[in-house]
Amino acid sequence: MNPKYHLSSASSQEADMLHSPQAQHLTSLKHYVIGFIGSLILTLSAYFLSVNYVGNHNLLLIGLAILAFAQFILQLFYFLHVGHEFPPRLKLMLTCFMILVVTILVGGSLWIMFSLNNRVMPSTQQMVKYMNSQNSL
Amino acid sequence: MTDMTLTKSKRQTEQLEQTNTAVLGFWLYLMTDCVLFASLFATFVVLRHNTFGGPSGAQLFSLPYVLLETLVLLSSSFTNGLALLSAQRKQVRPTLIWLGVTFMLGATFLGLELSEFHKFVAMGDSWRRSGFLSAYYTLVGTHGAHISVGLIWMVVMALYIYKHGLGRLSLKRLRMLSLFWHFLDVVWIFIFTIVYLFGALHA
Repeated sequence: MNPKYHLSSASSQEADMLHSPQAQHLTSLKHYVIGFIGSLILTLSAYFLSVNYVGNHNLLLIGLAILAFAQFILQLFYFLHVGHEFPPRLKLMLTCFMILVVTILVGGSLWIMFSLNNRVMPSTQQMVKYMNSQNSL
Repeated sequence: MTDMTLTKSKRQTEQLEQTNTAVLGFWLYLMTDCVLFASLFATFVVLRHNTFGGPSGAQLFSLPYVLLETLVLLSSSFTNGLALLSAQRKQVRPTLIWLGVTFMLGATFLGLELSEFHKFVAMGDSWRRSGFLSAYYTLVGTHGAHISVGLIWMVVMALYIYKHGLGRLSLKRLRMLSLFWHFLDVVWIFIFTIVYLFGALHA
């Protein structure tokens, strides 16, 4: 009925509360509206920032990344209702673990691949030297 | 009398707990799906400059078009939430109407995405053109495949609610469906930013 988990520690009164329609739904509707409007603002600002911004590329990249992450957190809390649950907050724990795994996976892959690129790709000087040595044979 | 009420209440609590466990299990699936998408994102970022003489993202993508796609999907995520709210209030008709609206928006999104793919392929920029395009079609296509599954699920869900009303099982399934749909919108935030906005920067 409601994004709250693990009721073994909750009393039956709490369970009845979960079934009672009014209180929960008002907050939920408010949640969805906040999530929707917030996401709309963040999406549009990311779009107009990237279209209109002239200046440092890296600064813009960081700005866009921050906006995306903010929207991710916003939707996690207001659309997916992470954290709105009884302890132990299993959903929140799973989400945190996912973020950890994804960070290691993506961060590690990019680290390895870009460092590989730097190490394996010869510099122009090295290439010219190599080509000259081939010609002289 | 008190005994009976207690038993009933206990049974309700047990049922609620079962539902919550099932939904938690579904959440676990979504988290593993995140890992799948994360590996596709990593592949895309590694390959994004490998255009092999083909077009780059900046030459290919039209940002206003992508913004339209994004807004359609975001709205569908919102209307999907409204469907779940109506269902929790046991209002069958509004639930079906909001599900229908969500379906239409989702189908519009899928149509926009497919026509974009079609346009690229017609110009000769298919997944065989370059490493960048292979990674692009794999990432965005995987998202699109999830959307298609979500749309089919929505039709099945609407038929089920129409036939059986809004019982405990309907609500449980609707909750999972709405988690799935919101999750797809969350993935799209990153596709929008990393593939399209970042891609348009590297002219």
